[in-house]
Amino acid sequence: MTVSRIDTYPTHTHAGFELRAGRPYPFGATFVPGGVNFAVFSRYATSCTLVLFEIGASRPLVEIPFPPEFRIGHVYAMVVFGLDPEGIEYGFRMDGPFNPHQGHWFDPSNILLDPFAKAISGREVWGEPPNEADIFPHRGRLVLDDFDWEADRPLEIPIEDLVIYEMHVRGFTRHFSSGLKYPGTFAAIREKIPYLLELGVNCVELMPIFEFDEFDNKFVNPETGERLKQYWGYGSVGFFAPKAGYAATGRLGMQVDEFKALVKELHAHGIEVFLDVVFNHTGEGDAEGPTISYRGLDNKTYYMLRPDGHYFNFSGCGNTMNCNNPVVRQMVLACLRYWVAEYHIDGFRFDLASILGRDQNGEPLANPPLIEVLAYDPVLARCKLIAEAWDAVGLYQVGSFPAHGRWAEWNGKYRDTIRKFLKGDMGQTAEMARRLAGSPDLYPRRGPAASINFITAHDGFSLADLVAYNEKHNWANGEEGRDGANDNYSWNCGHEGPTDDPHILTLRRRQMKNALAMLMVSQGVPMICMGDEIGHTKQGNNNTYAQDNALSWLNWDLLTENEDLFRFFQRCIAFRRAHSGLRNSRHFAHEDYLGSGYADITWHGAKAWQPDWSYHSRVLAFMLDGRHARGGAEPDDTIYVAMNMHWESHRFELPRLPRGMRWRVFANTSASPGEEIWEPGYEPLLQEQHHIWLGPRSVVILVGRAGTAVKARRKLATGTG
Amino acid sequence: MNIETTIQDQIHVVRLWGQIDSRNAPVVQEKILPDVAPGTRILLDMSGVNYMSSAGLRMLLLLTRQISATDSKLVLVGLSEELADTMAITGFLPFFEAYETEAEGLIALQ
Repeated sequence: MTVSRIDTYPTHTHAGFELRAGRPYPFGATFVPGGVNFAVFSRYATSCTLVLFEIGASRPLVEIPFPPEFRIGHVYAMVVFGLDPEGIEYGFRMDGPFNPHQGHWFDPSNILLDPFAKAISGREVWGEPPNEADIFPHRGRLVLDDFDWEADRPLEIPIEDLVIYEMHVRGFTRHFSSGLKYPGTFAAIREKIPYLLELGVNCVELMPIFEFDEFDNKFVNPETGERLKQYWGYGSVGFFAPKAGYAATGRLGMQVDEFKALVKELHAHGIEVFLDVVFNHTGEGDAEGPTISYRGLDNKTYYMLRPDGHYFNFSGCGNTMNCNNPVVRQMVLACLRYWVAEYHIDGFRFDLASILGRDQNGEPLANPPLIEVLAYDPVLARCKLIAEAWDAVGLYQVGSFPAHGRWAEWNGKYRDTIRKFLKGDMGQTAEMARRLAGSPDLYPRRGPAASINFITAHDGFSLADLVAYNEKHNWANGEEGRDGANDNYSWNCGHEGPTDDPHILTLRRRQMKNALAMLMVSQGVPMICMGDEIGHTKQGNNNTYAQDNALSWLNWDLLTENEDLFRFFQRCIAFRRAHSGLRNSRHFAHEDYLGSGYADITWHGAKAWQPDWSYHSRVLAFMLDGRHARGGAEPDDTIYVAMNMHWESHRFELPRLPRGMRWRVFANTSASPGEEIWEPGYEPLLQEQHHIWLGPRSVVILVGRAGTAVKARRKLATGTG
Repeated sequence: MNIETTIQDQIHVVRLWGQIDSRNAPVVQEKILPDVAPGTRILLDMSGVNYMSSAGLRMLLLLTRQISATDSKLVLVGLSEELADTMAITGFLPFFEAYETEAEGLIALQ
């Protein structure tokens, strides 16, 4: 027999609504038999009222004060029976002290969004001007979370085997050239999965998709007078809700299903999904910002405050989440668990993660509890955790982020070193060697897979701009060029910005290919930035957070224009995925522990076995012994990479291969068009096996293996013998 | 919302009109399910449906599952372009057998 609950009847009524005391956990709105359980936390409030709206209504349907007996501890909890799950929007009014100097901002005239709301209405269609008179602009919605995943679950691809593609949901397909019916949406990404597969990436990292307000930007484009947007979305309104305006079905309130359907489809094609999560601050900004949720619910709990009540600003965005307050820590944990359990998310990249390691007074902690909790959580146990290991006020923890053997990091030092070496700076070869080898100096225990290697990301120049601009050109952001980083380590190849000079254009193209080649032969986990594979330019703007236009949107026509660049990316990615020796999970031993006659990695220069570490050197080469790939567990071809970042040609003497093996050319960025790169597995034999000439500023990648002709002969010999 | 059922060559033809949402979705379910016996064939004509909410789609999915569980079969016909798009985008469509016209649907049920 089935046992029925005996508590599914109401005990109270208010204005015709039937109620009973709710459960204080979990927080948020949860379906229970016959009704919905609302639970909301506030330590300092004196009373709380649930406010219900019919969808889109300007006035509330009903306001139900929580009776005193419905509060347990600091949690107000109530079941309301008979609610239409898709007809209701909800929020709370909180009463309590208003005294900002003591950190309290209670004001019962505000209707507040539930921090745990799983869907949020108010910005359902991107860019549709909001009703400024709305008394409740960001409204909580009820979500069933009953998506049919069938056999899907997070893919659990080993992190060292990933090639990450960082992308903006809207920017990927918003441009008319995408040719899609619902451009700029989750649904549109699904349509472009064949493109991602052709490129060869197996992980997409989505820039923020938590609900945010694209109208949260006070700046104006000085040339057009156009009010700028919050295009990137680093300013969450709610941490549990996908951005409705990114869903073609946001108008129907179906963004949850739409995003889940995207994740399921990406998984079905072997592509993992990472989310860029922003827990360091919220979209409420500083004291001048809107009161949407946290500030009005329990300001002193959710934010780091100075003793005089002012907001700490470690994020550069006006406020700082109080991540090591135990209540906030639990919210972050509940949030990440929710995204893994309900959305099958494979990994997270934490924006300005060093803030997660500051205590409630802003001091860096030696062993931050939040970082530890996330590292050991059973639900998060197999998902990837990646820190942007710095914050906006100088805490820089690349290599020293408290990792618990779990956390990987955006390797900012990798980015800067490759950029400097690429543009021909002197004194870089020794550090280049460390970056190419997976930064053993930074991650001695964690191994190379702790290093997320990247040369470009959403922050900063695109790859095409990295080789076309010395300086940032951020005037369109309306801050007179004050915003954005100044240390770009970029080089314009002889002219700032667009040019017709064929020599400069050729050099720029080669530099882009050099950069990508270095990235794809580095130990660690490579990440590329959306659009770099087809030469997307942001016209020298290195901080396009506000640019909801062609500066940010991927122009799909570039695919035809820069077909050679795309092919170069595609083959380099395929090469990486075909060679286990490029994807080690342990650092090199620098010795021959298998008796192959070669150490796992060896360094070379213009002369084999003689790397030139001197200050003036701009050349470097290395060889990965195939027998030692993955500690000998997955033998591979031998790979030799030579880099000449000097403006003159150099002759590189090649290390001699074992008997029967020959060098083949996979890539040579200074070769004539059409011969710069080959399909992995079909590399042509190098005619001269003892040396190779590298053109000015170029990279060569060779593979050493027994030639097919040799293999065929052996087979024949075995057959007749 | 209106609902009308006829029987055509032993096939239950159910025609829906109007909007289907959480308020009337249960009505559709109650109207159809009692007629389902093993081997029942149902054609659901959606051409009159101009809006279907998330709860409507969930009802349809439950309905088709309950029907297949009794060795019966349900097909959808006449989905508007917008509704078909919504169902595809939110991941519902692959769970259904859908045809453009009633004639095609009837053939599939023969």
